[in-house]
Amino acid sequence: MKFSIIVQSSPFSSQGPATALRFAKALLEQGHELYRVFFYADGTLIANNLITSPQDERDLPEAWAELKKQNGLDIVVCIAAAVKRGVIDENEARRYEKENSNLHPEFELSGLGQLAEAIAVSDRVITFGGQ
Amino acid sequence: MSAKSVLIINRTSPYGSSSPREALDIALTCSIFEQPVSLLFLGTGIFQLLNNQNTESIEQKNLESIMSSLPMYDIDQLYTTKSSLETYDLTAEDLCLPVQIIDDTGVATLINGHETVLTF
Repeated sequence: MKFSIIVQSSPFSSQGPATALRFAKALLEQGHELYRVFFYADGTLIANNLITSPQDERDLPEAWAELKKQNGLDIVVCIAAAVKRGVIDENEARRYEKENSNLHPEFELSGLGQLAEAIAVSDRVITFGGQ
Repeated sequence: MSAKSVLIINRTSPYGSSSPREALDIALTCSIFEQPVSLLFLGTGIFQLLNNQNTESIEQKNLESIMSSLPMYDIDQLYTTKSSLETYDLTAEDLCLPVQIIDDTGVATLINGHETVLTF
């Protein structure tokens, strides 16, 4: 079955992104396809490359990045939600005349159209960190 | 790309978090992609639909004006429950858009009738 995942909540003040990661691993292990992971709302904070996890704790952004590399996942971070939360790539830094960018290299900023398309082609869309 | 019906469930008050705006952004985008969108407002989420919202004093964008643009995007399937209205002593006349009022069993039917359900 073809799945897509939406992650809406922050990596440290909520459990959503961690549960979503375990869910993603489980469905891949069972032979399902993960079409796209879409980080939205506070979920976009995970793509901040300046996140520095405590040494004795799991590094959640790196865990997602690792899963992406291993499985060639399509991971999209909502550009509008990310930029207003201070998660920006080099293009956006130039556009808004910011001195620095901080997007994790394994994550990609793109628009909500990527979510609409994922909804259209996926058999199941699972939300983590919703209300 | 096949059209998938999308139900967005809104359960949060209009200005207490960014959720209502983010839900609306998805609704508008899905509609642009020609996916039929329905919105269900539950509990405090019903306050998103109140008429005469005035946000000047809290310096926030008025949600009512964004809501009013929904019909232009062909989003006219709006739902709430009888119990959501009753809890806050509201009637359909207090709302800025026409909504279909369903009972709690109707919520299950509504969820069942959509291919994708998102919650905010």
